[in-house]
Amino acid sequence: MTESAQTTESRTVRPARPYPFSVPDRLVVDPTYGELRESEPMTRVKLPYGEEAWLATRYEDVRTVLGDVRFGRALAVQRDEPRLTPRQQYSGMLTMDPPDHTRLRRLVAKAFTARRVEALRPRTQEIADALVDDMVRLGPPADLVEHVATPLPIQVICELLGVPYADRDRFHIWSEAIVSTTSLPMETIQEYLNNLWAYMGGLVAERRRDPGIDDLLGALVRARDENQDRLSETELVELAGGLLAAGHETTVTQIPNFVYVLLHNPDQLARLRADPSLVPAAVEELLRYVPLGVGSSFARYAREDVEVGGVLVRAGEPVLGSLSSANRDGTVFADPDRLDFDREQNPHLGFGHGVHHCVGAQLARMELQVAVGTLVTRLPGLRLAVPEAELKWKRGMLVRGLLGMPVAW
Amino acid sequence: MSPAWRIGVDSRRCIGTSICAGTAPEHFRLVDGLSAPLADVVAPAEVILDAADSCPVEAITVRDATDDRLIAPQE
Ligand code: HEM
Ligand code: HEM
Ligand code: SF4
Repeated sequence: MTESAQTTESRTVRPARPYPFSVPDRLVVDPTYGELRESEPMTRVKLPYGEEAWLATRYEDVRTVLGDVRFGRALAVQRDEPRLTPRQQYSGMLTMDPPDHTRLRRLVAKAFTARRVEALRPRTQEIADALVDDMVRLGPPADLVEHVATPLPIQVICELLGVPYADRDRFHIWSEAIVSTTSLPMETIQEYLNNLWAYMGGLVAERRRDPGIDDLLGALVRARDENQDRLSETELVELAGGLLAAGHETTVTQIPNFVYVLLHNPDQLARLRADPSLVPAAVEELLRYVPLGVGSSFARYAREDVEVGGVLVRAGEPVLGSLSSANRDGTVFADPDRLDFDREQNPHLGFGHGVHHCVGAQLARMELQVAVGTLVTRLPGLRLAVPEAELKWKRGMLVRGLLGMPVAW
Repeated sequence: MSPAWRIGVDSRRCIGTSICAGTAPEHFRLVDGLSAPLADVVAPAEVILDAADSCPVEAITVRDATDDRLIAPQE
């Protein structure tokens, strides 16, 4: 087609832009998002794989796409879902709508409430202190990714689920390969997934033999065995593997990202050091500010015609909501590109919105608070040990983050 | 089963995730970013317990409307 616009009876559909708009550059939010929020809040995009989609960039529209029950995820498995990686996901909570989704979600939600997570804080602090002790003993320069950011969330999720931390080298490779690279052949990804399922299957069998084991995995096994309708065996194994994988990739990546942003905002960092009671507000602001995803994914499919951002989305069409763009919407966040710990309201969408709102959000918050609090109070001279230009960033399509972060203190 | 339940949302706890409104749209909606029940006293329905048990900050309580017994969230 040579014409720049194609007209249907009730709307103009422009040709799709390739998405993501640019190769990810550190933690910079592509200015295209800001332009689109102004001039074309619903835009057509084509991801590297799958069908074309709408992309919502304004805060209100993103909330509608994620929260309105006229949109759902279940249709994605019948379609060539827009996605950043070759492999399409056909199972798990993020491919379901209520009430199927509710059945799985309710089973795990109880383990991740703010109250349950608070009970894990002292133990998390203990782990963080031990990790920082070890790093200090080694002396600078040391890699913050290797010595703190990676082991902290993994050890916490392992203890919560009941996965032996000693096996971390095995499952870390499997889940790292799944969530943060695109350079692996599909067969290898499938092989890693199979390994992860088989490994979790073994742990499940162990809890069948010993029903007294009191961890989240044990609780899920009991839920499965008490009422088979609630959870199939495959769902059980995938759910547990999913929590293990999701339970660390993201937080592992965010800890160094947060430190990186703080080092670039020395005035804010100084305030945090002077007054650690600012840590929870700082973590919320960093969750808003850091664009973790390279691009948005998990498109919602319209279940009926829906008007969003001035566009009529037809039943059956996929819509992506950009969390990074919503979090920089100046109509909701004053001076949105500034890191500001004093925002009175910070309703950021860093953990999403609606029924799929991150199930691990309270856990991740607590871990990030402990990590940031421990680093700023125990290592007041924390700084990069290499010039910024030498930092190596992940090159995969899913999350932005540092491969290593050599620091001194 | 009791004839009626009373739904309460603690707006100081609610963090506006909209999980409840997505799970049980016939019972919850978001008003100015926070959850509000559409009706306080309702006929018992499992989906209300689904919503209460899925709230990450346990902001939703469900009580027996006659004797105030706590039905959700459960331990
Ligand atoms: C063990 C299997 C997997 C688990 C448990 C898992 C879990 C998750 C979860 C819970 C998220 C949501 C956001 C977060 O917390 O990070 C996520 C993000 C994502 N996953 Fe997976 N996933 C798995 C496999 C895969 C596979 C095989 C792919 C495709 C190659 C994939 C692609 C993605 C993408 C594209 C994102 C979005 C990242 C973003 O938008 O920032 N996942 N994964
Ligand atoms: C800083 C850390 C994290 C961030 C930024 C994050 C972000 C997100 C986001 C944005 C979603 C929603 C995706 C969508 O609706 O398209 C999500 C979902 C999810 N996250 Fe996280 N996450 C984090 C940590 C965790 C942790 C620690 C766990 C596990 C314990 C976890 C487990 C999940 C799961 C299972 C889902 C899917 C929920 C559902 O479909 O109902 N995440 N996460
Ligand atoms: S699920 Fe809980 S926190 Fe989320 S909107 Fe409902 S009441 Fe508020």
